[in-house]
Amino acid sequence: MLYNEPSPLETKVLSRRFGAPNSASIDTYLADQGYQAFRKAAGMKPEEIIEQVKISNLRGRGGAGFPTGMKWSFVPRTSPKPKYIVVNGDESEPGTCKDRVLIENDPHQLIEGVLIAGLAVDAHAGYVYIRGEYRYLIEVMEKAIGEAYAKGWLGKNIQGTGFDFDLYAHSGAGAYECGEESALLESLEGKRGIPRIRPPFPAVVGAFQCPTVLNNVETYCAVPAIIRDGGAAFAALGVPKAGGTKMTCLTGNINKPGVYELRLGFPVAQMIEEVGGGIPRGRRLKAMIPGGSSCPVLTAKECEGATMDYDSMSARKTMLGSGGVIVMDDQTCMVKALMRIIRFYAHESCGWCIPCREGTTWLRKILVRFHEGGGTRSDIDLIGDIGKNMLGRTFCPLGDAAAMPTISFVEKFREEFEDHLAGKPCPYEHADHGIEVLSLSR
Amino acid sequence: MADLVKLTIDGKPVQAPPGTLVIDAAKTAGMEIPAFCYYEGLTLQAACRMCLVEVEKMPKLMTACTLPVAEGMVVRTETPEVAAARKYMLEFLLTNHPLDCPVCDKGGECELQDMTFRYGVGESRYTEEKVHTPEKQYSPVVFFDAPRCILCYRCVRICNEGLGVGALGVVYRGVGSEIAPNKGDHLECDECGACIDICPVGALTSGIYRYKTRPWEMTHVATICAHCADGCRTTLGTRNNQIIRGNNRDRSGVNGEFLCIKGRYAFDFYDHPERLQAPLMRVDGKLEEVSWARALEAVAQKFNGTLAAGGSFGVIGSNHTTNEENYYLQKFAREVLKTNNIDHHRTGDVAALLDALSGKEAALATAADLYQRKAILILGADLALEHPLLSFQARANYRHHQAHLYAVTPGPVREDKYSVVSIRVGGPAAKVGGDLGVIPGRDVGAVTTGPGAAPVGGPGVVPNPNAGAPSAPGPRWAPVTGPGIATGDPSGFCHPHNVEAGPGDYFAALEHLRERLKAEPELVIVFDDSFKGQDIKRLVEYADSLGIPVKYICLVDYSNSRGALDMALTPEFLPGYQPSGQPGMRVDEMLAAKLDVLWVVGANPCKAPGAGDRGPGFVVVQDMFLTETAKLADVVLPAACAYEKNGTVTNVTGEVQRLKCAVGAMGAKPDLEIMGFIAREMGVAAALGPWLPDLVLEEIRATVRGYDVPAPALAFGAAQTRPVNGRPSSETRPELVRSEHNGLFDSGTLGRYSRVLNSVLEKRLSR
Amino acid sequence: MTFSPQLEARFEKLLKSYPPGRQRSALVPMLLYAQDEVGSMTDELIDEVAQRVGVTPLQVNEVLSYYSMLHRKPMGKYHVQICTNISCLLNDGDKLWEHACKRLGIGNKEVTPDGQVSLEEVECMGACSWAPAIQVNYDFHHFITPEKLDQLLDSLTKKQ
Ligand SMILES: Cc1cc2nc3c(=O)[nH]c(=O)nc-3n(C[C@H](O)[C@H](O)[C@H](O)COP(=O)(O)O)c2cc1C
Ligand code: SF4
Ligand code: FES
Repeated sequence: MLYNEPSPLETKVLSRRFGAPNSASIDTYLADQGYQAFRKAAGMKPEEIIEQVKISNLRGRGGAGFPTGMKWSFVPRTSPKPKYIVVNGDESEPGTCKDRVLIENDPHQLIEGVLIAGLAVDAHAGYVYIRGEYRYLIEVMEKAIGEAYAKGWLGKNIQGTGFDFDLYAHSGAGAYECGEESALLESLEGKRGIPRIRPPFPAVVGAFQCPTVLNNVETYCAVPAIIRDGGAAFAALGVPKAGGTKMTCLTGNINKPGVYELRLGFPVAQMIEEVGGGIPRGRRLKAMIPGGSSCPVLTAKECEGATMDYDSMSARKTMLGSGGVIVMDDQTCMVKALMRIIRFYAHESCGWCIPCREGTTWLRKILVRFHEGGGTRSDIDLIGDIGKNMLGRTFCPLGDAAAMPTISFVEKFREEFEDHLAGKPCPYEHADHGIEVLSLSR
Repeated sequence: MADLVKLTIDGKPVQAPPGTLVIDAAKTAGMEIPAFCYYEGLTLQAACRMCLVEVEKMPKLMTACTLPVAEGMVVRTETPEVAAARKYMLEFLLTNHPLDCPVCDKGGECELQDMTFRYGVGESRYTEEKVHTPEKQYSPVVFFDAPRCILCYRCVRICNEGLGVGALGVVYRGVGSEIAPNKGDHLECDECGACIDICPVGALTSGIYRYKTRPWEMTHVATICAHCADGCRTTLGTRNNQIIRGNNRDRSGVNGEFLCIKGRYAFDFYDHPERLQAPLMRVDGKLEEVSWARALEAVAQKFNGTLAAGGSFGVIGSNHTTNEENYYLQKFAREVLKTNNIDHHRTGDVAALLDALSGKEAALATAADLYQRKAILILGADLALEHPLLSFQARANYRHHQAHLYAVTPGPVREDKYSVVSIRVGGPAAKVGGDLGVIPGRDVGAVTTGPGAAPVGGPGVVPNPNAGAPSAPGPRWAPVTGPGIATGDPSGFCHPHNVEAGPGDYFAALEHLRERLKAEPELVIVFDDSFKGQDIKRLVEYADSLGIPVKYICLVDYSNSRGALDMALTPEFLPGYQPSGQPGMRVDEMLAAKLDVLWVVGANPCKAPGAGDRGPGFVVVQDMFLTETAKLADVVLPAACAYEKNGTVTNVTGEVQRLKCAVGAMGAKPDLEIMGFIAREMGVAAALGPWLPDLVLEEIRATVRGYDVPAPALAFGAAQTRPVNGRPSSETRPELVRSEHNGLFDSGTLGRYSRVLNSVLEKRLSR
Repeated sequence: MTFSPQLEARFEKLLKSYPPGRQRSALVPMLLYAQDEVGSMTDELIDEVAQRVGVTPLQVNEVLSYYSMLHRKPMGKYHVQICTNISCLLNDGDKLWEHACKRLGIGNKEVTPDGQVSLEEVECMGACSWAPAIQVNYDFHHFITPEKLDQLLDSLTKKQ
């Protein structure tokens, strides 16, 4: 199933089977190169698999962008303990909805990626952790797993390779923090989703205290293509330091919202104007968040010349993140946007550490009051300051995820905060009713 | 020893063993890194972020509480960035803190107060409304005030990890996170109050202490708990001659920070309204208050008269009076009253163990051994209820050193949750002795010819996870074989899935246990009164046959049961287990015989209904309360309690510790003084020597085998008595040994008069 | 406590999905599946699940109260969850929420008096590119306008 028309500008690698009839079934998959990469990998040495992944320059698609091949190489393959493959399908970062389409349209591609990871680190069991809200995907996944067992692509001695692998789907129950890798593992063990102290990292002490490879859905989905066509071919799709394509979710004020597979390095302007069909109602771009709500916001000006890849974004002091692009038009109230983002992080803070638990809540209280017209000038600095006092000091990156938008919104849109001091109602509020009273930069 | 790691902290070179956390390394070097959630011995949290420090080559501030030292590491704890981090962490913390310090019990001892003073901002920028929630009462002793809580999770950890109870948890998330009790609105637990003492702020407060006083208004007296035989140090906070609270604030003694409900709260028998405050004498068949002078005179006259007439005496001593009192009493009996009719209620067959250990060196374990030795075998006792400190030590050993625990008990025990093997024996506790006792004889083949055909063991409970469970109280998944070390969790329950499958046949299970034990490098065996006499001999043979070093703990009940035995309140021995070579009556014989004088010091032998027939003789009772026995007396002399006197007691593991007088007794006198006055009144004081505790102790140290302990050790902590193994064997009368198996909420007579023990719900729930 | 055979089968499968000694892992999915059948996290359910996975009821409580999809109170037969997070907000998700509250006369996590419909303002649910989005029980509905919401609610209440 597809929720949006594909764009001719896409580079379809992971999404190549999207839209095909019965795309989720194993027959469709097998008919179109399915599981061939696994066969190939089964004939390779584990180091060779990892080497190809390294060559591919694949970086984790869950948000942090850690090089995947390197992560896999950290697993102590000779440890006597069992090893596990865990798939992060918690997908909860606001603005992100790509893992959902990957699982829904092509679950076998994910299974194949997992199997190859299993070969690479000598793991024989895996779990696909899917957020509770995606109940239908649990069913999609379980159906696909059932098919794979039935056709001998999971279970004992897969296709005569001598390789055993069991895969299970596991449901979350509503907690953004369970997307954080160590909190996910806690949740997988039937506990509260509180992150673990790291080091040790999951590669060494992960699920059930055993070495574990934990990657995002999209990361695993890229693996079959890497093995099939070679790491170099995948790398060539992207930019020098990051290979391949990125499933990009266009959301917010955009004419053709949807999930598009774009090669890394795709120009932001082209993405918004051509892939996304521009901004509705003839409005102009005010700001964009490139990779989910936790990334620092970019002004329209900063978007100029930017490309969708790790380096271009870090040059602009933001991140490619999870690929959740949030486009904001010129009538967006930035105070309200930040307030809503912070409400989210305050709601989702696990409550473990002081700065995140208290900081997000304090910010939420100030921002709600501020947006309702009860703000003072000193609040503006205070908001930014609270963000800075959280940044880098929390137990897990959720605190940073709240701090980064806070700091960047206040810095880049300070005048909007000042406009709010004039009183109620929010000076930008009426714009939401579609009445074009204000036209800011036009 | 592994090489020390060299690092610098604030420019100062520091050395620490590998694996040391920076926070501890700094502390050892005399530098304090502030922390709320870090608590030595409990799992790491890294939650409060107070301990953030700068480390060279690290991009961000690091938590010193989770960072192990590394060679060449350069740590800075006082940079502007670190100071700012601390300052703002406190600002965050105080956003939702009520700042009701003036009325908070913790005022003056509050870590949040101290830190805010040292590191905090002058003024809060927080102007939003604070969340108010009403205070909750979780039990008679535990109150919880959520807004004050800083979520350091110390309470949850001490309850889960330290006590193995798991009665506290965290519910909800984010800013709504809250500490919650296990029963929804109340607690069902050990009521030990460890959560209260460990709380750095005033979130958890004690129902006993709250709103009574301020810490700085109290005098703090470190003494020894009056209840069970474990001998925990408890510090009594007193004001105006009243005990206001008990805790172990300086973590000294054999117990460190541990205390159970008795040690922390059950000091309250001391001012029970029924405390005797004046001597009583029987006048016209009724007990009437008289002056001390009259009472002492009557006793002395009676004693002297009986002596002169060649009459008979019987002396029954106590297992909670001090060593000095016991020593003086037996000397009084033997040398003045010329009788060997002296006994007390024996709760463990220590003498038989010492006999069985003849020729072996240092085979008695200390409380510390339970924390250090690699394996522990618990026989019979439900340690967590009957010997909370020993259970705490074993659990800490499991958590910190992965010690292997084995439990062979009649009922489910807390140790099942993390034991390697637990075996349930059918029937009464005494069967444990019998069942295990069969093994050294290697007759097993003969007795396991058919299920249930065992002559000694009888039909044992089959050790599989479900056996015995339906009829047993408690959760139906009560395990019989422990989960082994891999998944054992001191909190929570065991699920059959988690339980290692053991042999299905009872005696095969005992054999399996034996094999596991043989593979251990060393062992401590803890046994209760289900082993006595010959059983102990066989147990020692069994242990010898394992071929590994074994140490023993013979469990006894009350605060000075061990001292009563050591000081020879028995006809068989003289102090230090020297055979007396004299006949003498035991408690039951004395009660049955028509003795001319029966002198009962701190005991209640006529407690059992029916034991109340008063013989024709003269009965003198020294006690705190008008017990069943005191009611039969001709003269009752009010005695001081343990918190009202000085002296020493010897705990279950043979460690001698000092009692320190915390409050003065109203009208009552220490038993030693009473005995001294009787001696003086009789004109025999010179023969017995001075009745000052310190001087009697000097005599004990000089004359009693095993008690030549170094004085400095005794001054500051616990002094281990030397084992007195080996001597001409003598009959020990094992049938007289009977433990009361007091649980957490019972403690003989003292327990009956403790309001706290009677107030908690668990008292009614326990057996 | 008895469950439907389907749920029992699910539990059995779940308990077998984890390594030996790790049955606690089944806790979160078990609670969610059980809630679907029982309606909410009742005390009885908590005790039952606690026994089945081998933890204390308190431990179950700690876990269930952490996850926002698990409720102690029963929700309506149709649990309407409206996302107002940033991508939906930019597409008037907040207006949708206000509209729903007004139309149903209930607030967040409240149930209509007939027990049919309940409302919850939820965080991002992974439908950002099809915003504003709502979920009715587990079914996603995308590009929702107040008019479409009215139609949907009408059809639900008619369906009974
Ligand atoms: C608060 C928080 C939430 C996260 N949520 C997700 C998520 O929903 N999905 C995801 O794949 N990664 C998420 N991550 C990132 C993971 O921790 C982890 O880095 C990632 O799953 C690793 O996979 P990758 O290397 O393939 O990206 C989150 C991280 C944080 C700190
Ligand atoms: S109750 Fe006290 S000890 Fe427990 S977590 Fe809260 S502040 Fe810490
Ligand atoms: S002591 Fe290190 S974070 Fe609390």
